[in-house]
Amino acid sequence: MTGEPAPGAVAPRRSEDRQPGGRARGAWRPCLWALPPVALLALFFLHPLALVVQQSFRPDTGGTSLRPYADVLASTAFREALWTTVWLALAATAGCLVLGFLLALVIAFVPFPGARAVARFVDVFLSFPSFLVTLALLFVYGSVGMANGAWTGVTGAAEGPFRFLTTPWGVLLAEITYFTPFVMRPLLAAFSQLDTAQIEAAGSLGARAPRIVRRIVLPEALPALAAGGSLVLVLCLNEFGIVLFTGAKGVTTLPTLVYGKAILESDYPGACVVAVVNVLISVGLYGLYRVVSRRARA
Amino acid sequence: MAHPTTGGIRFDHVTVAYDGNVVLDALDLTVAPGEVMALLGPSGSGKTTALRAVAGFVRPASGRVFLGDRDVTGLPPHRRGIGMVVQQYALFPHMRVEENVAFGLRARRVPRAEVRTRVAEALEMTGMGAYARRHPRELSGGQQQRVAIARALAIRPGVLLLDEPLSALDARLRSGMLAELARLHRELPDVTILYVTHDQVEALTLADRIAVMDKARLRACGTPRELYRAPANAFTASFVGNANLLPVTVGRDGALLGETELKVDTGSAVPGASATLCVRPHLVGLGDGPNRLTGTLAELQWRGATHRLYVDVAGHRVMADVRELKAPPGHGEPVSLHFAPGDAVLLPAEVSADDR
Repeated sequence: MTGEPAPGAVAPRRSEDRQPGGRARGAWRPCLWALPPVALLALFFLHPLALVVQQSFRPDTGGTSLRPYADVLASTAFREALWTTVWLALAATAGCLVLGFLLALVIAFVPFPGARAVARFVDVFLSFPSFLVTLALLFVYGSVGMANGAWTGVTGAAEGPFRFLTTPWGVLLAEITYFTPFVMRPLLAAFSQLDTAQIEAAGSLGARAPRIVRRIVLPEALPALAAGGSLVLVLCLNEFGIVLFTGAKGVTTLPTLVYGKAILESDYPGACVVAVVNVLISVGLYGLYRVVSRRARA
Repeated sequence: MAHPTTGGIRFDHVTVAYDGNVVLDALDLTVAPGEVMALLGPSGSGKTTALRAVAGFVRPASGRVFLGDRDVTGLPPHRRGIGMVVQQYALFPHMRVEENVAFGLRARRVPRAEVRTRVAEALEMTGMGAYARRHPRELSGGQQQRVAIARALAIRPGVLLLDEPLSALDARLRSGMLAELARLHRELPDVTILYVTHDQVEALTLADRIAVMDKARLRACGTPRELYRAPANAFTASFVGNANLLPVTVGRDGALLGETELKVDTGSAVPGASATLCVRPHLVGLGDGPNRLTGTLAELQWRGATHRLYVDVAGHRVMADVRELKAPPGHGEPVSLHFAPGDAVLLPAEVSADDR
């Protein structure tokens, strides 16, 4: 493309084109502005990512092949990690959606003193690191935590009954605890936009609270639920700190598998393969969400 | 099913307060079955609060609310069986028109077949039958308000509450909807209607009786004609129609405006007391006649069919609406006005503070 437009192109709109070529030069400017961020993105993000992908095709034996993929995809460790990751993420997301919806409903619509403070706390909670919640759960339910301590103190038994924290259920509990506010935040914003006159109209038409929630509030909250839910799903798929901190030895997810392969086994191609799969799942889910949400809006 | 809320509405000393701030002060008001009662007042007068107390959205600090002979003061909104229409329609945006109208019937578990006929009936009544499959966002404001009315009527309420239902519409649509509401009431003579508005034209046109409210209190209640012809106080006079309110002193058989003696019916007023003289602008004539007032023309407005004259008479501004003048007087020219003794009303002189 040149700065000089073809004469034929200019002729029909000569009246508005005082400066020949001005229009074409103007169109260049936004592209120039886009250059620095694109360069930074490429240098610090896309290039390392490309290196990971490249590494995943370089087996230790040398050359370029699909060998690492065949090896990793065939291993039971990978399949189990994949399955654990997916069901944990799905279950945690479902739990967060249900719990977050109920809590947001109470905060937004049940007038109680301190509702605003609670809503404010949700914001603060979002800034906490994920391992903090896990650590807190360890204090309560861990093998030497408060719950087990109380049990052994009362019964005199050597061990307490609460040992679920090192199982997948512990990871699930920690993820739901930590990620629920990520669902509540957009929900609270959506609820504050909701026209109270609609709720009042529904009430005077004879609807009780459950029907109002189901027929009026829920449909209005769907976009917020979708936004919060997809965010939590992606975050859960990639969660590392929580799985590590619960000390659940039997629970291996894709991110911990990457860690194990790269740091403990020095199997970089294998680690990169798992990482690529993880990225693909995340991006794929995000794409799915975009498609679904666009269809929902139409 | 539902509750056949025959019988009207009764406020028995209803007081509503928010954080110790009284927004409705000991309201006593009875709306007869099948009556249209307008609650007329400026914003903040407590009229909407009164309506919301009937709907069940505010709880009175004291007093009782009755629907017919049912005390509903403690009932939640969904058990009151009231139809309600608000200014911003409050339609459910994700539901089609027919689903909106069916909402109340489904909430009452009306059988399916009956829901269908009653939705059709309600939409037919409001002239929206052709729009059943549309979404609210595909309708104009006036159409949305018709759907809101259909939705409220579908549950066949004994009482219909209308909270400034026409305020969001433009002027032309408003007068059309006003006629429409009057027609609906003729078709549903048993429905008691409480109509909250700040627009005197809506109140005068539609209401059997008007309750005038100001500063959380009921100021006057009567038929539009009573309130217009013989307002009880200056606030009512100025809020129901236009009024000239002139401070006068009661004489033996008339009143004194400054030096000018005016013949009016003094009723029971004590000679020598101060009072407020109320004359409607359209009852003031230009030129000589009984009860002559002379002054200078301060302002002249041409309104097509009429001229409005603002005349300064002894320091008071008097409005007169007269038929369009062929040769209107100029600014600052001396002008004579007059009015018939029977067209003026003497009001108690509470008012010099709020007649401005």
